[in-house]
Amino acid sequence: MGRVKPGPSSDKGYNMTLVTFFQQLLNGVSLGSLYSLLAIGYTLVYGILGLINFAHSDVFMLGTYFTFFVIGIFVLPWWLSVVIAMGLCALVGMTIERVAYRPLRSAPRISALITAVGVSFFIQNLGLVTVGARPKGFPRPELMENVYSLFGIRIQGVVVWVPIISGVILLFLLYIIYRTKTGMAMRAVAKDMEATRLMGVNVDRIILYTFALGSAIAAAGGAMWAARYPQINPLMGIFPGWKAFTAAVVGGIGNVVGAMIGGMIIGIAEIMIPAAFPGLTGYRDAFVFAILIGFLLIKPSGILGEAQKEKV
Amino acid sequence: MSENGVVLRLEDLHVYYGGIHALKGINFEVPAGKIIALIGANGAGKSTTLRSIAGLVRPRRGKIQFLGRDITGLPAHDIVKNGIAMVPEGRRIFPNLTVMENLALGHYIRMDAEGIRRDLEWVYTIFPRLKERSWQRGGTLSGGEQQMLAVARALMSNPKLLMMDEPSLGLAPLLVKEIFNVISEINRRGTTILLIEQNAKAALEVAQHGYVLETGKVTLDGEGKALLNDEKVRKAYLGEE
Repeated sequence: MGRVKPGPSSDKGYNMTLVTFFQQLLNGVSLGSLYSLLAIGYTLVYGILGLINFAHSDVFMLGTYFTFFVIGIFVLPWWLSVVIAMGLCALVGMTIERVAYRPLRSAPRISALITAVGVSFFIQNLGLVTVGARPKGFPRPELMENVYSLFGIRIQGVVVWVPIISGVILLFLLYIIYRTKTGMAMRAVAKDMEATRLMGVNVDRIILYTFALGSAIAAAGGAMWAARYPQINPLMGIFPGWKAFTAAVVGGIGNVVGAMIGGMIIGIAEIMIPAAFPGLTGYRDAFVFAILIGFLLIKPSGILGEAQKEKV
Repeated sequence: MSENGVVLRLEDLHVYYGGIHALKGINFEVPAGKIIALIGANGAGKSTTLRSIAGLVRPRRGKIQFLGRDITGLPAHDIVKNGIAMVPEGRRIFPNLTVMENLALGHYIRMDAEGIRRDLEWVYTIFPRLKERSWQRGGTLSGGEQQMLAVARALMSNPKLLMMDEPSLGLAPLLVKEIFNVISEINRRGTTILLIEQNAKAALEVAQHGYVLETGKVTLDGEGKALLNDEKVRKAYLGEE
């Protein structure tokens, strides 16, 4: 997996100065906002269907490939390619729901869960067959290559722009969920699907919208991930997916704001812990899952999650 | 209203849950502008009857006619659009949404802003408490207020037929009285009401007509007051010897 070293401090192991501290912190925020974007999709679907959509990380991967091909084939600007990739991923997400999950809506939860794993494998292997296992170099947009200087801290464009773009997307998402009629229906479906039906809401359609929304946001996350780690391959979604899912659980799965907070915590921890203890850099992924285990032991409902009563 | 003022007609309705034959050929009519009560013991099929009218349960055989149209097997959201609203058993309000949003879901299918505004005003005059609490989350309301919200929410779709599943369940006696007053009030405004009740006495007192369900069949029907005085009904459902 293409991975950029987190910063100079992990190279030599000298103590963090204030400057590197802020550099690392911003770097962590940047990574965290990507986890937030990906975590949203897990939490939205879980909130509504009680399903862990394992295929979500592969939709994220598809987002990077769609962006890659749209840039390469149609020679469009980066941002427009991302928008197109978001649309394509929305379609993929809706197709997955319609084909794989809807027929199992009333089946036991474990059947849907296994199906989700199956869809995930299917997309990964489809990727291996069609585009091959060899990583492709993702063209970094110029915006992300710029280096900015702020109070003597030198920061890369990707560290500045990723959180800003993510922030705009998350605000837009919050607007949809809390200020639109469709968003209101989504919140209602998440609480009581049958009662929502009785309101005249076409619940199947609302579920499709939810998948479309989560997938489009994952695509945006994927495109920015590739700008950060510019090597893409069909299995690249797996690790970010696990971590984003961890973020969703830490924030309280089913809670959108929780997913954003969880994403930040995971991203910052993943960057800051190895930066503070350079000797432990090799364990950076382990820290993330240690946080997950810690939460599961102490507060399994997550930061903003309510202790779930079993729906009767 | 269509054909001799009958709003709803069930013909030979059969419903199965897996291998269980829950409704064994239900027949009844709901005339326009009336309050009709369905009474019967637990498991007699009252809720199943309402649920199949609302489109939550698919009947295997038989026909449901609403205002002359065949609505059998339509999805629930289309049935609401046809003009049937249901207050489900146990209120089922959305606890995470504000009172306002709960009511807004009630008029989800409507586009006529003017009519919605008028109905909201009317609903607030029947339930002034809801107006005071319009910004509170539904889950913070008391049980009685939640029941009021569930009724108000159903009314916001401006239904021609309002179905209520055990509206008095779990309410204090004073509130039970209030909810039955509200039912009469809604009916006076022209909405037809189909009511299920454990509280057979209260239901038959407000209803013009009642049907008695026993193990998936209508076994008795008659005027509300007449049923109230029927010896069999008194023995079975009013706990008298």
